[in-house]
Amino acid sequence: MPQDASPPFPNPSLQAAGSAGLPPTAGGGADDGMIAGIRSVLAECGGLAVDAGRLAVDDDLYAAGLTSHGCVGLMLGLEEQFDVEFPEKLLNRRTFESIAAIRDAVRGLIDGGEA
Amino acid sequence: MNMVDIGAAQAAYRDELVAAGLLIPTGVDGLYGRSGLFEEVVERFDALVTRWGGADGAEVMRFPPALNRQYFEESEYLKSFPHLAGTIHSFAGDEKAHRTLLRRLEEGQDWTEEQAATDVVMTPAACYPVYPTIARRGALPGEGGLIDVFSYCFRHEPSIDPARMQLFRMREYIRIGTPEQVVAFRETWLERGREMMASLEVPLEIDVANDPFFGRAGAMLSSSQREQKLKFELLIPVTSTEKPTACLSFNYHQDHFGHIWDIRTADGGVAHTACVGFGMERVALALFRHHGFDPAGWPAAVRKVLWG
Repeated sequence: MPQDASPPFPNPSLQAAGSAGLPPTAGGGADDGMIAGIRSVLAECGGLAVDAGRLAVDDDLYAAGLTSHGCVGLMLGLEEQFDVEFPEKLLNRRTFESIAAIRDAVRGLIDGGEA
Repeated sequence: MNMVDIGAAQAAYRDELVAAGLLIPTGVDGLYGRSGLFEEVVERFDALVTRWGGADGAEVMRFPPALNRQYFEESEYLKSFPHLAGTIHSFAGDEKAHRTLLRRLEEGQDWTEEQAATDVVMTPAACYPVYPTIARRGALPGEGGLIDVFSYCFRHEPSIDPARMQLFRMREYIRIGTPEQVVAFRETWLERGREMMASLEVPLEIDVANDPFFGRAGAMLSSSQREQKLKFELLIPVTSTEKPTACLSFNYHQDHFGHIWDIRTADGGVAHTACVGFGMERVALALFRHHGFDPAGWPAAVRKVLWG
């Protein structure tokens, strides 16, 4: 694990747009905030063919146009947005297949447990 | 076999090849000359590939082992494989800079400061010049495209493994068209490749594989490539049975290159691409490993396949 976990491509606009300062308790409000944050990263970094704001949380992001390279941008954007680092075992298509799947993975990382 | 043993086996096979005169060392790991006998095997295998694939009517293109730097930059190769790329630099200074260069050379210091990137980059895989070339022609005909290329390729990965050269030759067939055309091509070559290599009486297996993408982004791309089964390799043991060597690869790029260069099918869709690659030196090394260093003593059936 690198000592310096800062993301390689700082993007202040993402920090401003999202909800990096989530409360640690996973209440409904926190969940909404996290999903809004995920949507903003998707819109910024995912390279989707559709409006990220119109996707349901369970929609298949690959069907919405998320490519392998788009997925890399999404991963880096999420790490910056939520100040987390995805471990290698989470670097697969399933982790990023829907907004809900991303939310579960990020929540697991923020809570310090296994997603 | 642990990593030390694998390294020892690679060094041992390299030393045997050098002692037999098949490879000519240059003092740089992964950079070798080849003997006439080695070249004859490469040429016979090249002809064998044509016997299996030639009737498909591919358009033959032969490029030098270098690429227009603009194409290279557009290809996104630097996103995925910055560690393997070889860019060609040349002296671009004035006379004063030349004197500095010579002085530094004389003093054993770094003399490369005044070297500037040229418009030329080493070809990382034989198919790279093809996609922008096809894109320039406009939309594909209904039957799509099929191209035959053969080139030296460069990858900066110095190794004592004789099967991992920095400069090596790759023959390729490239299919460009609709997803259906391209997937059918790859299925055909997965079967052909297995049958063709089995006729050379070498042990082989075909397995899902991934490219050596760089960094954590690369880990993501590798796992994605494997999950979608976009790359298969035909593996033959050369210096290790536990880690056999990829001698042929079967790659489905989906619409990656089609998007980058806006290659269109006849109906206006973004073209998909796939390629089958033949690692010429690796196949030769596998044949020498399994049948011996003297082709005159190879099994009669193998000799017949290669020499007729």
